[in-house]
Amino acid sequence: MSNFFEKSDLSRSEAENIISDTLQKCDDGELYLENSKSESILLDDNKIKNSSYNSDLGFGFRAISDEVVAYSHSNEISKNSLKQSSENLKSTLKSVKGTYNHEIPKSNKKYYENINPIEQKSLNEKIKILNEVNNYLRSKDDNIKQVTANFLGEQKSVEIIRSGGETLTDVRPLIRFNVSVMLEKNGRKETGVYGVGGRQSYDSYLKDDNWKSVCDEALRIASVNLESKPAPAGEMKVVLGPGWPAILIHEAVGHGLEGDFNRKKTSAFHNLMGQKVASEGVTIVDDGTIDNRRGSLTIDDEGTPTEKTVLIENGILKNFMQDRLNARLMKTKSTGSGRRENYRHIVLPRMRNTMMLSGNQTQDEMIKAVDKGIFAVSFGGGQVDITSGKFVFNCTEAYEIVNGKIGSPIKGATLIGDGPSILKEVSMVGNDMMMDPGIGTCGKAGQGVPVGVAQPSILINKMTVGGTKL
Amino acid sequence: MVKDQEFLEKKASYCLGLAKKLGATESSVIVNNSVSETVNFRNKKLDESNRSDDLGISITTYIGKKKSSISSSNLLDDNLNILIEKCVETTKNTPEDEFNSLPDKDLLAKEVKDLDLYDDTHIENDQKIDYLKKLESAASSDKKIVNTESSFTQNKSNFILANSEGFCAGYKTSSFTASSVTVAKDEKSMERDYEYSSKCFLKDLDDAEELGKQAANQTIRKLSPKKIGSEKIAIIFDKRIAKGILSTFASAISSSAISRGTSFLKDKVNQKIFSDTINVLDKPDILKGLGSRNFDSEGVKTDTLKLVDQGILKHYLIDTYNGKKLNLKSNGRCGGTSNLYFENGNISFKDLLNSKSKSLYITETIGHGSNIVTGDYSVGATGFLVENGEFKYPINEITIAGNFKDMFKNITLANDLDFKYATNSPTMMIEGMVVAGK
Repeated sequence: MSNFFEKSDLSRSEAENIISDTLQKCDDGELYLENSKSESILLDDNKIKNSSYNSDLGFGFRAISDEVVAYSHSNEISKNSLKQSSENLKSTLKSVKGTYNHEIPKSNKKYYENINPIEQKSLNEKIKILNEVNNYLRSKDDNIKQVTANFLGEQKSVEIIRSGGETLTDVRPLIRFNVSVMLEKNGRKETGVYGVGGRQSYDSYLKDDNWKSVCDEALRIASVNLESKPAPAGEMKVVLGPGWPAILIHEAVGHGLEGDFNRKKTSAFHNLMGQKVASEGVTIVDDGTIDNRRGSLTIDDEGTPTEKTVLIENGILKNFMQDRLNARLMKTKSTGSGRRENYRHIVLPRMRNTMMLSGNQTQDEMIKAVDKGIFAVSFGGGQVDITSGKFVFNCTEAYEIVNGKIGSPIKGATLIGDGPSILKEVSMVGNDMMMDPGIGTCGKAGQGVPVGVAQPSILINKMTVGGTKL
Repeated sequence: MVKDQEFLEKKASYCLGLAKKLGATESSVIVNNSVSETVNFRNKKLDESNRSDDLGISITTYIGKKKSSISSSNLLDDNLNILIEKCVETTKNTPEDEFNSLPDKDLLAKEVKDLDLYDDTHIENDQKIDYLKKLESAASSDKKIVNTESSFTQNKSNFILANSEGFCAGYKTSSFTASSVTVAKDEKSMERDYEYSSKCFLKDLDDAEELGKQAANQTIRKLSPKKIGSEKIAIIFDKRIAKGILSTFASAISSSAISRGTSFLKDKVNQKIFSDTINVLDKPDILKGLGSRNFDSEGVKTDTLKLVDQGILKHYLIDTYNGKKLNLKSNGRCGGTSNLYFENGNISFKDLLNSKSKSLYITETIGHGSNIVTGDYSVGATGFLVENGEFKYPINEITIAGNFKDMFKNITLANDLDFKYATNSPTMMIEGMVVAGK
């Protein structure tokens, strides 16, 4: 755990006094301190291209009065700097007359260990594995023209000091291991990308030569794409594979169910609470409490313990995801979804691990039910326009389905749909729910945070596929 | 107040000295400070104020052909000592790469011209609030507008780049940015759109009322969109989307993508990749330019480059490392382009709209659908159906797709270029793309 006041001219009790003085008569607010250490080691083009280390330290001071948020952040943890921030907040919130809400739920549960993954494996060992990855892949297939592999490791220590001195802390490890390959055959180039990660040591993900299966998967995707035909264009049935394709859920409904957009009534879902927004059998939760998952958090960035929030239950919209600000203004409670990329940013309600739960049909049944459509297995990324509800995601591995059978692979294409109506088009829910491999980052208002997704195979009656073949 | 040159230089030279003492044969350092103040409004009321003061340092050390780097926001000497020691230690343990080195000394910038990039004016939050009040009142005058969010940011930055070859330079820059996001609603639909203005000098910023009105109009006209059928049709890209196609072109000619063999434009120098009428320039010395600079992020001087001359690709964007790998000299593009733009075409916006009996005018795309390895392009889009030069009705929930290799050859540009961003394009028409809809 970091001692943020150790090398500062500012003592903890002085900081507490400034915080309490600034936040009196505010409705909420806190001082958020963060110390993060991260590393990146990259192999590319047969060489170790980059070995870098970052250490980041700073605070963000927030005061909230009614709907207004005043925020100030700095890298310098000093008496001067905190006082300047305090003045800044006070000058924004000129005449405050609220009552500070001291209530914050408590929990002893922890969803990951207090470790520093960077220190648990030496640089030489990491470089050795990256070189092995490169040699392994290049010896497997002569068509391989490029291999990129990298390790990203991080340990983030946070401390939240509230008015009155209540203090909440968390230490968050996070790692990611990625492999990307490019194949070239007969003048055509295609890539395949795969990775694993979460809130454990590198070795938890690499033991028993597990890195080889990451390499194999990246190579498999690239090989499939090398044989792909142009994708069709137009509306058709779509079968989504289990696991990572759940970024459809994340984009199509997840963002639209975040508290801020609904309080502001700019989400296409804001007036649909308690109504049917999905087919029967569709249940979606956002869960921050799964051990060691990329999107899990012991406490959120306001200090609220995370939970498993039911968003949609058997087709009915049940809850939005809330931070403290939006929960107070919507007269409900925080769901432990208040997150920020780092101390430079304000808190927003965000997703953690967003999951559609299993039903009872098989993927086989779904494929058989499609005359003409596509089977999408892997995705790059997605995006949504919250207000119109339209969302897209990009296939990186997909096949055509013809008369109930999986056919040729098709080129990467964008799929587009309408968030509030897409889940009503889900006609089969599989029994094969799977978590993603732990590589997702969600962007909102310029802030990236690690998230997870999960789903079983699903059949969607109608979506627009953005290929080039008419 | 943003830190002065003296403070940044002192930190930089401390780091270079320490790296040398600890065994680095060469090193470089960037120290920067950026102070910004933002005020956000929502529905004509103050919503958020945000002040940020960011310090950062990044150091790269070399031992012969070995290299490693560190970065930090904590500039206290104690912390720098630990980090530089770690950096040198990591450098020792990192394998050699024959292409690692500082830039050639004769390529480094010799002079720092004043490009008029810093406005000393300080705008108080109360003045920002006045601007946003005017903006939001104009934005919400039509009752179809149900939500307005707007923002005003003042940013002042300063930096120093120094290396062990004696290079040491940096300068202040400023920016003033206002934006307006509006939501409009009718019985059938809810839509969002925006308008934005960013300038180095406060006095050049767009008028608040104009900005608000523009955002509102652009949103209202999107209401009650239709979905159209799948077909091959001419696409007209609004300037704010056309500039993204130019950015994709820039990433495909970056020396890193070229040297790694992961670009569809590899080995295309001196070949025709656009039609005859297309010229692309990267001009770093535009006064008050949003992308203007004296040198790149390695200190290499940046001259104007005509990247594409009458459709022919003339240059890649080259940094030191990839340049050495490709046996080419750096042209000062480490960190990318400066002020990048398509030169004007020779027909007016109106004539471009009129040139086809039917076309799609695209105002927004979503998704990450540009693949620079294959050149494939497929994104979600919203816009308008244009018939005989007139906007007929809004459309959404469609995708547009093609391959850049073909798209580039079928570009027609209007003559309405302006310098609103660092990368700019006139309105652009591309024929032969596929729309997927119903």
